[in-house]
Amino acid sequence: MNLTLKVWRQLNAKEAGKVETYNVKDISPDSSFLEMLDILNEQLINSDIEPVAFDHDCREGICGMCSLYINGEAHGPDRKVTTCQLHMRMFKDGDTITIEPFRSAGFPVVKDLVVDRSAFDRIQQAGGYVSVNTSGNTQDANAIPIPKADADKAFDAATCIGCGACVATCKNGSAMLFVSAKVSQFSLLPQGQVEKDRRVLNMVDQMDSEGFGNCTNTGACEVECPKGISLDNIARMNRDFLSASILSKDK
Amino acid sequence: MSVLNSNIPEGPIKDKWTNHKNNINVVNPANKRLIDVIVVGTGLAGGSAAASLAEMGYNVKAFCYQDSPRRAHSIAAQGGINAAKNYQNDGDSVYRLFYDTVKGGDYRAREANVYRLAEVSANIIDQCVAQGVPFARDYGGLLDNRSFGGVLVSRTFYAKGQTGQQLLLGAYSAMNRQINKGKIKMYNRHEMMDLVKVNGEARGIIARNLVTGEIERHSAHAVVLCTGGYGNVFFLSTNAMGSNVSAAWKAHKRGAFFANPCYTQIHPTCIPRSGEDQAKLTLMSESLRNDGRIWVPGKLEDAQAIREGKLKPTQIKEEDRDYYLERRYPAFGNLVPRDVASRAAKERCDAGFGVNQTGEAVYLDFASAIERYGKTEANIKGLDANDSKLVNELGTKVVEAKYGNLFQMYEKIADENPYKTPMKIYPAVHYTMGGIWVDYNLMTTVPGCYAAGEANFSEHGANRLGASALMQGLADGYFVLPYTIGNFLAKDIRTGEIPTDTEEFDQAEKEVKERLDFFINNKGSKSVDHFHKRLGKVMWNKVGMSRNEQGLKEAVDEIKQIREEFWKDVKVPGVSHGLNPELEKAGRVADFLELGELFAKDALHRNESCGGHFREESVEVGGEQDGEALRDDVNFRYVAAWEYKGEPSDAVLHKEQLEFNDIELKQRSYK
Repeated sequence: MNLTLKVWRQLNAKEAGKVETYNVKDISPDSSFLEMLDILNEQLINSDIEPVAFDHDCREGICGMCSLYINGEAHGPDRKVTTCQLHMRMFKDGDTITIEPFRSAGFPVVKDLVVDRSAFDRIQQAGGYVSVNTSGNTQDANAIPIPKADADKAFDAATCIGCGACVATCKNGSAMLFVSAKVSQFSLLPQGQVEKDRRVLNMVDQMDSEGFGNCTNTGACEVECPKGISLDNIARMNRDFLSASILSKDK
Repeated sequence: MSVLNSNIPEGPIKDKWTNHKNNINVVNPANKRLIDVIVVGTGLAGGSAAASLAEMGYNVKAFCYQDSPRRAHSIAAQGGINAAKNYQNDGDSVYRLFYDTVKGGDYRAREANVYRLAEVSANIIDQCVAQGVPFARDYGGLLDNRSFGGVLVSRTFYAKGQTGQQLLLGAYSAMNRQINKGKIKMYNRHEMMDLVKVNGEARGIIARNLVTGEIERHSAHAVVLCTGGYGNVFFLSTNAMGSNVSAAWKAHKRGAFFANPCYTQIHPTCIPRSGEDQAKLTLMSESLRNDGRIWVPGKLEDAQAIREGKLKPTQIKEEDRDYYLERRYPAFGNLVPRDVASRAAKERCDAGFGVNQTGEAVYLDFASAIERYGKTEANIKGLDANDSKLVNELGTKVVEAKYGNLFQMYEKIADENPYKTPMKIYPAVHYTMGGIWVDYNLMTTVPGCYAAGEANFSEHGANRLGASALMQGLADGYFVLPYTIGNFLAKDIRTGEIPTDTEEFDQAEKEVKERLDFFINNKGSKSVDHFHKRLGKVMWNKVGMSRNEQGLKEAVDEIKQIREEFWKDVKVPGVSHGLNPELEKAGRVADFLELGELFAKDALHRNESCGGHFREESVEVGGEQDGEALRDDVNFRYVAAWEYKGEPSDAVLHKEQLEFNDIELKQRSYK
């Protein structure tokens, strides 16, 4: 396949960026999107142009490091995949592909296609945990049976990889899907009950202070989420938040 | 007398860890506040160590090269974590887990360490459940288990095919709690560039801020390396793109012995490679071997027809299929350990039975599992168990619930539906059992420098059993290191903060900067990847699944030559002040080019077959075990720990003899 790539280039957070056009040839349809970018970079290095910086690591769709806004969609045109699992067979020979970083007020550009998602870490630090020491002297793992349906739902929420596609996709730049996934995981499990109110209040507070927008239930995040995190989680977080705001002793 | 002292406590094996904890030095809570610890790497070992040390009161500085600690490659572990809980009432026990692990490692691990690992395994599951890790459960609400290779019990806890992710997010959440309290200072997008020693002890690191390019000095009273394995020395592996040996290698150059570098796990079930531009290989969890049956066509002409696209696997009749693992190893069948399964796949493909275009693939087939589960479901629901369409639908649902994410991943990569046609798989580099030598306390030969998780050499001997890496990472970080590190730090309660404006830090920083400047100014003609790929080819062809003296000698020479060319001709674009992924890669590949040679040298000296290290000169001849690996316990029952002396060829071998008092040394048979 021969392709024309329109790639966002930006030296660092301070400089203005612009779109550059590159051509790549003989790309195998079985290549992944990032392997295609590897080929582009090898080509750029050989012509003394600085290669395009992009985040990536595991290349198995689980670490959440890769991002990219491809032809106007977070993680590109395929569904339920991250960019590293997107394959070139989704494109046609001769296509022009536009590649931009995940854009949001909460995700400043670091360089080219690399953005700073540390706001996500700070939201997790505000309460995304169960306060239990790692003594090993906790009770036996089977001491509290958990209904399978609850355990499965908690697991589904917990599979969020923190990539930020939800934020990049949302017209409001909202991080509600990400935050609600963690809130829901603990909210559905008995281990998470003790700190349930504090957790949702603190995490929402941190989310708001990071400059993320609010949710208006358009559901774009759920469509673009590579892990299929459900909008139900947002509803659950809103309910937890409302009840904690009114009734909590931890306010 | 060896210079190595493994510091194994006295007494019967079942009391060693308890006695040791009772006898080692402890730092009182008020004094812990006066002590700093650096943890490099935030995977299962590093994340759990950082969280635990901070909970205990130490001031922790944690470093990772990714943009968040949650992205360490432990996240990609799929299948599960072992623990001797015996919830399935199938006779599991601490002893049995200990025994399986020592045997699985082909009797090349330290008994005392492995016993301790088995002992604390049950605590890990308790701990993770308390943290809110959503393990798979049955309808009674209790934890579910599955089986893994090389064992005869079900002791593996799991969370679909994302167990590593869930455990790592558990450790990450424990870290977050301490970051929020200010007990952990987290440095994302930072890479350790060197280890700094003061008066012979590890007292800090030089790190590079990968965003600004700034070189930073960080001091501490101890340094813990949890920096993972070095499988990327093969270029293609299941490791993350950034996984590297550099932190461990820098420690090695500063005096930490590097043990058993040649022990590499080639995992049997990975998606076969597709082309020259491929950047990495993807694992399909070993848990799939619970339900998948591995086969190749029994007739050469069928294999040929499949390769040419004239025949489909589903068209081959049952009697014309060779389920070679079930044939060769009736007792363990598809659940033989990884090294055995990998070699068996290579043997069939080398004999001409491979099933993809390159002839390097075998089938992993779920048809019988789908039928079996479908029938059970039909019976439970009172439906017709002879309706094959219905049975197929019901069975597919069960398999999807168990392995859905893995099947989806396979379909996206291979563009085939594994519910309808068997998966194609082939072995790939996955894990390195070798690593930095550590004693019973997990301390390296540099006082104050510790290594945990895959970065150290310890518990898995020459071959790791499935679902044991997660167990070891968390055992080291949650339950071993937090105790043993106190034994060293107890003397530091009055030391005070370690200053960074000293000669030792000056010198280390200068060397780091010089090397970075060299890369930027070299203006060679070939990219870093060019050299990395060449190194990887030599490693795979001559130091891969099957090794011989001649190939290894050639590999040593060839790697040396690639290294020399690299330093003359490598091209690194851009600048050192600022984000520069090519510069990062250059430093890592430079270290791989040294490690690779030591790796081949170690494989050459070990003239026996054991675990993942298969020497063609050392095989069983005749009898039931004909063609299987032949271990040499008389001459090679030791850990090979290499001391750095400049060039890899000058490295000096130190031997730690392994004593087996609680397990009888036997031929490792899975027949």
